[in-house]
Amino acid sequence: MSKFTENVVSEITKDYIKKLLEKGTRLDGRTADEYRKIEVQRNFIPRADGSALVKIGKTQVLVGVKVEKGPPFPDTPNLGILATNAELVPLASPTFEPGPPGEEAIELARVVDRGIREGKVIDLEKLVIKENELVWVVFADIHVLDYDGNLFDASSLATMIALLNTKVPAKRNDLGEDFNLPINHIAVANTFVKIGDNIVVDPNLDEENIATARITVSTTEDGKVHAIQKGLEGSFTYEEILNTIDSAKRIGKDIRENIISGVD
Amino acid sequence: MSGMKSDVKLIDESGKRIDGRLFNEMRPIKIEAGILERADGSAYIEWGNNKIIAAVFGPREIYPKHIQDPSKAVLRARYNMAAFSVDERKKPGPDRRSVELSLVISNALSSVVFLEQYPRTAIDVFIEVLQADAGTRIAGLTAASVALADAGIPMKDLIAGCAVGKVENTIVLDLNKDEDNYGQADMPVAIIPRTKEIVLFQMDGDMDYQEIKNGLNMALDASMKVYEIEKEALKNKYIKLAGGDSDE
Repeated sequence: MSKFTENVVSEITKDYIKKLLEKGTRLDGRTADEYRKIEVQRNFIPRADGSALVKIGKTQVLVGVKVEKGPPFPDTPNLGILATNAELVPLASPTFEPGPPGEEAIELARVVDRGIREGKVIDLEKLVIKENELVWVVFADIHVLDYDGNLFDASSLATMIALLNTKVPAKRNDLGEDFNLPINHIAVANTFVKIGDNIVVDPNLDEENIATARITVSTTEDGKVHAIQKGLEGSFTYEEILNTIDSAKRIGKDIRENIISGVD
Repeated sequence: MSGMKSDVKLIDESGKRIDGRLFNEMRPIKIEAGILERADGSAYIEWGNNKIIAAVFGPREIYPKHIQDPSKAVLRARYNMAAFSVDERKKPGPDRRSVELSLVISNALSSVVFLEQYPRTAIDVFIEVLQADAGTRIAGLTAASVALADAGIPMKDLIAGCAVGKVENTIVLDLNKDEDNYGQADMPVAIIPRTKEIVLFQMDGDMDYQEIKNGLNMALDASMKVYEIEKEALKNKYIKLAGGDSDE
């Protein structure tokens, strides 16, 4: 059973959310394509090589990046490595339990990873120390601290911002001066859920709990789509899928310009 | 997408792909229903060079007990690759990829099974990839959907799907292994054929809006063809049981 959906929503709230959506508004007064307030704190963990704490509404996700040296994968001897992990820490929700990552945490990590990896966000070619032997391995660890819906976007955003302020610790490894992690592109993920016949972006917990289907679309600044994940047991129509992709391009641009470039 | 670079030309001047197919051509698909003795339902699929078996057990008692749902059955699909199914031996057991694929396949199947008819039970679906050649999640899902029907579990419809991808800047249907390894994008799609609702949809790689739209159209058309093959497989099983001649 899904940890994300075990939370119970009362029938009254459920009906109320649905009725409001039919009138074009949401429980917290947002429009269908409006995000909650996004707050960013970069370098929240100075001991990490890069980090960011992101709040979307009351959802809080902390991402810490550590960069270590290690052997390359045999099939990519001339590329550095990105490894993304997610932990749904029990303090983030009464429905999260301690233990190794479950299927939700794995899906979360893999969807965030695909957006970053396929968007060619990190210039992995510049992370080779010695061809075939030694490369920099970038570990992005996603720590969910408070779960009030939409972990996909909060985790993607926190990972992107953490990577942007990551310094490769060359000095600590006797390999010259530290340098900024080489970044080529800015990837942004936008998640939509379907409630009844309505589709809303950035679902809060109540909305997520009554949603029948979810879709996450990851785009870069050139308007290209690099990762899509449809989630939950429900379905989308052809038009709904195309509309969410179109919205993601527009909303992604807004977040890229107003949140990510605004953190400096 | 592994993003590996290749010297192989994946599409030649006449528009033919490395295995001779056109951009909108699927690999040959063969499905057989009811191939296992002990399972409640089963199916074997050959999709290009993919060879996959799916088996269904249940509705049956659910373990561990605490995951039972008093309002409906819990459908649990497990996607597993045999160690020998790929070029380099795969370490047996679940990895992160197979956990994710199991989840998206479970979700897709749950959308068509009347789970509410069997509260507090489990419907277990096991998908074993014996030989992998790209497109295993959709081929496995296809076999699983036939196996569920073979088990006699009430369903709204079968699930049918097909992946599309991008190879040398061209949107092509049903990637094979080389195209998957060296191509630019992969987009698996699965639908409820009767209503055209999309129940599995993933993408990774590099595509723009128009390419996704074209790809989605191709995948929807191909899914309808897969649907016909699925229904044929189920019919053939009963023709055989009745002692009649199947179309084969």
